[in-house]
Amino acid sequence: MAEIPKEKLLWMYEMMVKIRFSEEKAAEYFAKGKIPGFVHLYCGEEAVAVGVMANLQPGDYITSTHRGHGHFIAKGGDLKAMWAELLGKRTGCCKGKGGSMHIADLTIGELGANGIVGGGIPHAVGAALACKYLRKGCVAVAFFGDGACNQGTFHESLNLAAIWKLPVVFVVENNLYQISLHVKYHTPVKDIAERAKAYGIPGVVVDGQDVLAVYEVAKEAIERARRGEGPTLIEAKTYRFKGHFEGDPQVYRSREEIEWWMKNKDPIKLFEEKLLARGIVTREELERIKEKARREVEEAVKFAEESPYPDPKELLEDVFSTPTKGWLVWKWPI
Amino acid sequence: MGERVITMVEALNEALDQIMEKDPTVIIMGEDVGRYGGIFGVTKGLLEKYGPERVRDTPISEAGFIGAAIGAAAAGLRPVVELMFIDFLGVCFDQIFNQMAKIRYMFGGKAKLPIVLRTTCGAGFRAAAQHSQSLHALFIHVPGLKVVMPSTPYDAKGLLIASIKDDDPVIFIEHKGLYGIKGPVPKEMYEIPLGVADIKKEGKDVTIVATAAMVHKALNAAKKLEEEGISVEVIDPRTLVPLDVDTILNSIKKTGRLVVVDEGYPRCSFATDIAAIAASMAFEYLKAPVKLVTPPATPIPFSPVLEDAWIPSEKDIIEAVKKVVEYKK
Repeated sequence: MAEIPKEKLLWMYEMMVKIRFSEEKAAEYFAKGKIPGFVHLYCGEEAVAVGVMANLQPGDYITSTHRGHGHFIAKGGDLKAMWAELLGKRTGCCKGKGGSMHIADLTIGELGANGIVGGGIPHAVGAALACKYLRKGCVAVAFFGDGACNQGTFHESLNLAAIWKLPVVFVVENNLYQISLHVKYHTPVKDIAERAKAYGIPGVVVDGQDVLAVYEVAKEAIERARRGEGPTLIEAKTYRFKGHFEGDPQVYRSREEIEWWMKNKDPIKLFEEKLLARGIVTREELERIKEKARREVEEAVKFAEESPYPDPKELLEDVFSTPTKGWLVWKWPI
Repeated sequence: MGERVITMVEALNEALDQIMEKDPTVIIMGEDVGRYGGIFGVTKGLLEKYGPERVRDTPISEAGFIGAAIGAAAAGLRPVVELMFIDFLGVCFDQIFNQMAKIRYMFGGKAKLPIVLRTTCGAGFRAAAQHSQSLHALFIHVPGLKVVMPSTPYDAKGLLIASIKDDDPVIFIEHKGLYGIKGPVPKEMYEIPLGVADIKKEGKDVTIVATAAMVHKALNAAKKLEEEGISVEVIDPRTLVPLDVDTILNSIKKTGRLVVVDEGYPRCSFATDIAAIAASMAFEYLKAPVKLVTPPATPIPFSPVLEDAWIPSEKDIIEAVKKVVEYKK
């Protein structure tokens, strides 16, 4: 921690609390019926997105998952645009066409949340291929869960990235459950990171509740990728404090288990304790950061609520980018 | 000076070569596209000319490399990926229909995905049920994909160049039975715009809409019918999405009779789609029921005797045309 500048540590703290506040607000808004569709929240896993993203540049790429709000925010996504998207508004980052599961912003290298488990992993490989071919010096990071590690795309992507030595880092957020099924019932190896061996690349396990530990392993992997030495698989052991989706009855785990994690392994609390114990910040400073983050979330929600819905006519727009002579976006004449 | 005549394979190869020469962001990925030059020879010589960074032999990982094409396109490249046989779609369909096709729309139009997915279709090679299908209807069904299916070397070259220059994902389907056919092809680079059908033969009594290899069968049938005094117009849509509906409708309005010939399975197909267009938009011009000439709804059999019976024949086309001409209300 000594060598990480205070400014960066505070950025990490700010991002983590911003994600937490925003997710808690999303839970509240979902419960009120104000967010249509499915919402998968990132509470408890903030240290993973933030620890990784603290090593990325604006020109770097990420691919995300259905649980993607934290990645979007930590990559520098506009909170107002995200909230407007959650509410299905025209001012949303996807103009109300994507929603929670598809938030994206290519201008910041966020290649999209994804509704298909494992669907985005090869996209990161391709972005890394473009980085390498175009000599841009950028890297790509794929975020995905433990459930995705049994999809073909996981194995195909690791293999492809390894044989082509691409600048990509694969980050498994192992939160112990693929929806309801505990990892011990869906994966035979103790650590998913072991699977890296099969592709001849480094595999690293890290405590996903410790943002500084994530930062360190991500730093090494990302620098390695930037040096042209190829991909790394990082397994962050983490835990989601909320259900798989909002409204999940969570019959597959006990209240005690959830409470134990929230009490003992809350990544924000752990980080606060470290920052205070080492005298890097004062409690007042942390409060000020929290207050600022809270305000930003409130402003984003207000912006989203006050924004207009799309015009129903916009339904037919944005399917294709280049118009053609023949019939392209089909609608039977009535 | 006579026109230069080359094969479909040569025309496609020339298109790739010329666009790669011009645009360094065009790269090729696929199984056996490099050292081998493509299983049908379409990418021959490109590895030697453009190097392994631009012409990439891939592992047998269709979901992996087609997915990678999506990320590469989003990050500034123009990948041309090859799915060796359209039948292999099953192992990578998510990357095509949930990812490639939807990303632009899901992101509110803020993404461009200039990808061309080249693939091969078509029966007649005794390759049986998993290497012979014509599955273009599956791609037409899913919004967000452009679908191109050429029938001549000239069309193939111009359409492939236009597809690679296009900023949207294009599924470019090459019929294996047409790779060896020859036709006049200009040496210089040219484009055929997507969404423009070609009237391969003008006629006044019956309209045939046919795709890929069926265009040639329809033209042969038309020649024989002509001798019997039946004048047939043959339309090749060339691109199935976008579809040049106006050219098809104008022809139906002129002839009043429609036969659709397509190698796809019979239901929820390109043929039924054209029939629906005729029923919904040209009903008052039709003098006879629309006839569809397609294979039956069975997997494609291996035995030559069975496979030949599966593929729509010239005889089927002639019979269908005669039925619509002879039809009395």
